[in-house]
Amino acid sequence: MVEWIPLLPALAAALTAVLFVLRRDNGRLAAMPVIVATGASLALSVAAFQSVARFGAQIGQIEWLRIGDFSASVGFLLDGLSALMLLVVASVALLVQVFSVGYMEGDDGFARFFAYLGLFASAMLGLVLADNLLMVYICWELVGICSYLLIGFWYRNRAPANAAKKAFIVTRFGDLGLLLGIILLWSSAHTFEIAALEKLVQTDNLKPVLLSAGAFFTVVPLLVFLGAVGKSAQFPLHVWLPDAMEGPTPVSALIHAATMVAAGVFLVARLFFLFHASPTALQTVAWIGGFTAFLAATIALVQVDIKKVLAYSTISQLGYMMLGLALGGIAVGMFHLSTHAFFKALLFLAAGSVIHACHHEQCLLRMGGLHRRMPLTSWTTLAGALALAGVFPFAGFWSKDEILASALRSPALFALALAVAGMTAFYMTRLWFLAFAGEPRSEHASHARESSAWMGVPLVLLALAALAGGAINLPGSSSLTALLEPDRQAHGFAWPVAVGGLAVALAGIAVGVRLYGRDPARDAVTRLPKGLYRFLSNKWYIDDFYERGVARAAVAWGAMVAWFDRNVVDNLVNLAAWICALVGRALGSFTNGQPQFYAAVLALMAVIAAALVGLAATGALGGILP
Amino acid sequence: MVEQSTGFGVLSLLVFLPLLGAALVLLTPREAAGLHRVLALATTVATFLVSLWVFAGFQGATYHFQMVEFVPWFPQAGIHYRLGVDGISIWLILLTTLLTALSAWFSVYVRERTKAYMAFLLLLETAMLGVFVSLDMILFYTFFEASLIPMYFLIAIWGGERRAYASLKFFLFTFAGSIFMLIGMVALAKLHEQATGVWSFSLMDIQSEVANGRLWAGALQTQAVVFWAFAVAFLVKCPAFPLHTWLPDAHTEAPTAGSIILAGVLLKMGTYGFLRFCLPLFPDVVANQVPILCALAVIGILYGAAVSAVQPDVKRLVAYSSVAHMGFVLLGIFSLTPTGMVGGAYQQLNHGISTGALFLLIGLIYERRHTRLFADYGGLKARMPLFAALFLIIMLSSVGLPGTNGFVGEFLSLMGAFEASFARRFGLHPAYAVFAAAGVILAAVYLLWMFQKMFYGPITSEENRRLKDLKPWEVALVMVFVVFVFWGGLVPSTFTKPMEASLHAARMMALNPVGQRPDWRNLELEIDPKGNLVRVEPRTREALATPPNYGEVVVPAEKHYPLAKPSAETAKEQPRA
Repeated sequence: MVEWIPLLPALAAALTAVLFVLRRDNGRLAAMPVIVATGASLALSVAAFQSVARFGAQIGQIEWLRIGDFSASVGFLLDGLSALMLLVVASVALLVQVFSVGYMEGDDGFARFFAYLGLFASAMLGLVLADNLLMVYICWELVGICSYLLIGFWYRNRAPANAAKKAFIVTRFGDLGLLLGIILLWSSAHTFEIAALEKLVQTDNLKPVLLSAGAFFTVVPLLVFLGAVGKSAQFPLHVWLPDAMEGPTPVSALIHAATMVAAGVFLVARLFFLFHASPTALQTVAWIGGFTAFLAATIALVQVDIKKVLAYSTISQLGYMMLGLALGGIAVGMFHLSTHAFFKALLFLAAGSVIHACHHEQCLLRMGGLHRRMPLTSWTTLAGALALAGVFPFAGFWSKDEILASALRSPALFALALAVAGMTAFYMTRLWFLAFAGEPRSEHASHARESSAWMGVPLVLLALAALAGGAINLPGSSSLTALLEPDRQAHGFAWPVAVGGLAVALAGIAVGVRLYGRDPARDAVTRLPKGLYRFLSNKWYIDDFYERGVARAAVAWGAMVAWFDRNVVDNLVNLAAWICALVGRALGSFTNGQPQFYAAVLALMAVIAAALVGLAATGALGGILP
Repeated sequence: MVEQSTGFGVLSLLVFLPLLGAALVLLTPREAAGLHRVLALATTVATFLVSLWVFAGFQGATYHFQMVEFVPWFPQAGIHYRLGVDGISIWLILLTTLLTALSAWFSVYVRERTKAYMAFLLLLETAMLGVFVSLDMILFYTFFEASLIPMYFLIAIWGGERRAYASLKFFLFTFAGSIFMLIGMVALAKLHEQATGVWSFSLMDIQSEVANGRLWAGALQTQAVVFWAFAVAFLVKCPAFPLHTWLPDAHTEAPTAGSIILAGVLLKMGTYGFLRFCLPLFPDVVANQVPILCALAVIGILYGAAVSAVQPDVKRLVAYSSVAHMGFVLLGIFSLTPTGMVGGAYQQLNHGISTGALFLLIGLIYERRHTRLFADYGGLKARMPLFAALFLIIMLSSVGLPGTNGFVGEFLSLMGAFEASFARRFGLHPAYAVFAAAGVILAAVYLLWMFQKMFYGPITSEENRRLKDLKPWEVALVMVFVVFVFWGGLVPSTFTKPMEASLHAARMMALNPVGQRPDWRNLELEIDPKGNLVRVEPRTREALATPPNYGEVVVPAEKHYPLAKPSAETAKEQPRA
C-alpha cells in the first residue's frame, strides 16, 4: 500500500496531462484528478502513520538495476521520520491544491498547473519515503525540476523565466555536493540503503575509501549538507529562494515554504547518524543555520513585497531548523519543520488571498485597510504571524522554545537565535499592520473583497493547525521525540528559556505596534541609518556579488574558451592544412593530368606505406619509431 | 584450420537492404519526389524490421559474436567477408536503423533533388550498419570510409550557408584520422603473419592470437604505437578535444537528417571503435593510456560545456554539447570498471536518442522559421505549447535528469570513474571524476539557457507570432524518441542487460594476463553471471550462425574452468561478493 502514496499523484498528473492539458480544457474539473489522488495519498499516509506507531519501521524494495556488484533498488523506508513527513507533505499539498482551484481560476494554464502540482507531490512523497540514497537523489532532482517548472509557470514574462533558471542552477551546485557524498558512501559501503548505512556506521564497520576515517566522517556529512544548503536555501546558496517568489503564490506556499525547501532539513535528519559522528559537521550545520537565520531576518525587516518578506522569513526559519537539528537532534529540528510547514503555508496562502484580491498587487506600501475588507484573511494571517513570532500558545512557541533551549549549549548561537526571534516578531507585526491596518493606499486595495470558499477553507484549517500544532510535541508528553528518537529521554520544559523567548517575541511585537500601530502609511524602517538601510535592502550585496561577479566571470570564461576554440585550436588544424597545401603546390608538377600516372604513384605509395608499416611492426625500424 | 563458408545470412540482408533501396531509388524518374520518399521510408522501415529480427535472435548471455557469416574472399591476403554481432554492436545497429528510418520520415521536408538525397541517405545506412557488423578489418575500414562519402554530399548539397567549408572539413578530418587506422590494421595483419605464418585481417583471429600472447610477444613499444594509430582515428570521430573542431561546423551546416545521423550514429563509430579494437587488441598497453584518454574525456566535458554556453546559434550549442556528452561516454569506457563501461556504452545510445531528437526538433522549427539564431526566437511556448513540451522532455534527457535515460548513462559512467579513481587504478586521480561530475551542473546551465532563450519570455518578432504548432505526424515522430527517453530512464536494464557480457569480455581482454583472457575464437570460453571466465560445452560456429534459440548458456558447476592462479592485480579486479 505504501508505494501508492507517491504513485497516485503521479498517475493523476499523467491523467490530467492527457485529459485536460492536451485538450486545452482549463475548467475546474481539471483540478480533480490531482486533488482526489493527493487526498487518497493523505489517507494512506494516515494509515501508514498508525501502522508505524503500532508495528514500528517497515521496509519494502525491488531491484531496479544491477551491473556487476553495483545494484540499485527502488523502495520505501517507513519509519517515524518518514511517516511524520508524509503527513506534513500530503496535508499541506492537499490544502494548497484546494486553495489553487480558487487562486488559479481562469488562468490559461490551469490544467498544466495541476499536472505540475501532482508531479511535485509525487516526487516529494517519493523523496520522503526513499529507502536508499540513489532514490533520494533521483527524487531530489525531480522536485527540483518541478520547482523549475512552477517558478517559471508564467513564462511569458522574463522575470519568472530567469528566476526558474536561477533556482535550478543554484540548487544544482548543492546537488553536486550531495552526489559526491552519495558516491563516497557507496564506494565505501557498496550500498545505497539508508538503513544498512546506519547500521554500518553505528557498528563502526564502514571502511572509508580514499580518506582517513576521521576525514571521511567529516567530509561526507559536509558534502551531504551542501546539498541541503542548496535545497533549503541556506547561506551562501540562499539567493534563489526570494527570486522564486515569481511563481504563483500557492507554489510559494507548497514548494518554497512548507515542503521542498524543508527537504534539506529532512535530509540532514534522515542522515543524522552521519552528522552525529562528526562534531565539525554539526558545528558547521549549526553555524550556517544560525547565521542564515540572522542574515535572512535582517533582510526581511526592510522588504516591501509581501512575498519577499515571507521568503526571507522562510530562509530564516530554515536556518533555525538547521540550528535546532545540529544542537538538539532530529526531534527538535523536525518539530519546527512540521509546525513551520503549516503556519508558513498559511501565511503564503493568506498573502495569495491578498494578492488575488488586490489584482496582483504585492507591494505592502500600496495595501492597507484590508482588515475590514478581508476579515477572514486578516484573522488567519494574524494567527500565522503569531505562530511564526512564537507567541504562547501558538504552534511556533513550542517548537521555537525547543530550539532556543538546545541552543543554550552555545551562548553565541543562543544570542543569535534570540535576536532572530525578536526580529521575526517585529517584521511580522510590520507586515500585518502594513497590509491590514489603516486606510487603503491604492485603488486595488480599496476594492479588495474576501476570497471564495476554495481559498477560505484551507486558510481556516491551516490557522487551526497554526494555533494547535504544538500539541504534537508538548513538553512532558513529547510524543514526537518518542516517535523520532525512541532512545532519548523525554525532555523537560525549560521555564527560563520559554519565558525569555516569549518576552523577546512580545518585545518585537511591541516595537512593531509602536512604530506601525498609529500610522502604518509611513514605513518606519526607512528611518534606519541610511547606510544600514541600503545594506539591508540590497540584501547584503550577496546577489550583486553573484550576478556581477560570478555569473559575468562565467560568461567571460565561456567566451574566452570559445575564442580559443575558434582561433587557436581550429587554426592549428588550418595550419596543418596550409602546410599540406604548400607541399602540394611544390609537388604540383606531378599533376600532369594523366590518370595512368596517378594510379602508378598511388600504387607506389601504398606499397611504400605497407612496407614501412611491415618493417615498423617487425621492429626493423625500432630505432626510428618512438 | 580451414573455415567453412556459412554463406550469406540475416546480417548481410540487414546491411545491403538499404543499398538495394538506393538502387531502386536511382531507377525512378528524377521528378517523382513522392516515390523517392516512399521508397526511402519503406526501405528504412524494412531495415528496421530486419534489425528487430536480428535482435529477437540475439542472446545476451554470451560474449561471443553471433549470427556469424563467413564467405571466403581474398584468402592469400587473409581478407574475408566476415560479419557478426555481439552485445557491443547490437544496440548500435538498432539505433542506426531507428534513427535512419526517423530521418527518412522527417525528410519529407526535403524538396530539392530528392532522388539523390534519398539515395545518399540509404547508402549511408548501408555503410553505418556495415561498420557495426564487420569482423574483418578491411571490410570495417571500407564501410568506415564509405560512410564519409554520402555524408559529405548530404552536407555539401543540402547544407546551410557554409556547407562547402563544413563538408570538406568534415571529410578531411575524419579521413586523415582513419589513414592512421589503416596503417594500424596492416601492422596487425603483418604481426599475425609473424606469429602464425598466415596473413589475417580477421578480428577474431587477431584477437585470439593477442589473447594467447603470441601476437605481441611482449613488444610493448610497437603495441603502443599501433594502439594510438587506432585511437587517433576514433578520437577524431568521437570527437575528443582537440580534434573536435570539424564537428560544430558539420553539425551546424548539415541538413536536419544529416545532423541527426551524424550525432546519433557517426560519432558512435568512434566510441564503438575503442570498444571493438582498442580494448581487446592491446592488453599490455591499454592501462597505461587510460589517464590520457580520461583526461581528454574530462577536458571534453568541461570544454564542450564552456563553449556551448556562449553560442548564439542553437545548432552550434547542441553540437558543442555533443563534445561534452561524448566525453562521458569515453570516461565511462576508459574507467575500465563494469559499471563505467556499461554506463559509457549506454550513454552512447542515450546521446543518440537525446541529441538526435534535439536536432530533429531544431529541424522542425527551422523548417518554419529558417533561422538558427537565438536572437530570432523567444516566447515560442505561447504559440507552440506542444512543441515546447516535447522539447522540454528531450532537453531534460540531455541534462541528465533522473527519470530520463540520460541520467542512467551519466550516473553509471561517473560511478565507474569514481570507482577506478578512488582505487587509484591506472594512475587515475579522483580529481578526474570530480571535474566530470561538475560537468553535470554545467549541462544544466547551458541547456536551460537554451530553453529559456527559445521558449520563455515575450514574443518579439512578427514571424514567431504566426507560428503553428506541430502537426500530428511530427508529434508522432518526436514521440518515438520520447518513449525511449522514459523507457531508458525507468527500465534501463532492458538496454544494459544484453550488453553486459560483451563489455565484460572487452574489459577482461584489456586487463587480464595471458591465460585469463576471453577469446573470440575459442567457443569453449564463456563468462558466467558472476563475471568469471569459465569453460563450457564447446559450441560450433554453425550454432552461432543460426539466429534464434541456441539456448541459454548453461554452466555446469563442476565444469568451472580452473584458470591460472590470479595475480595480485587481477585479484583486486574481482568484484566483491
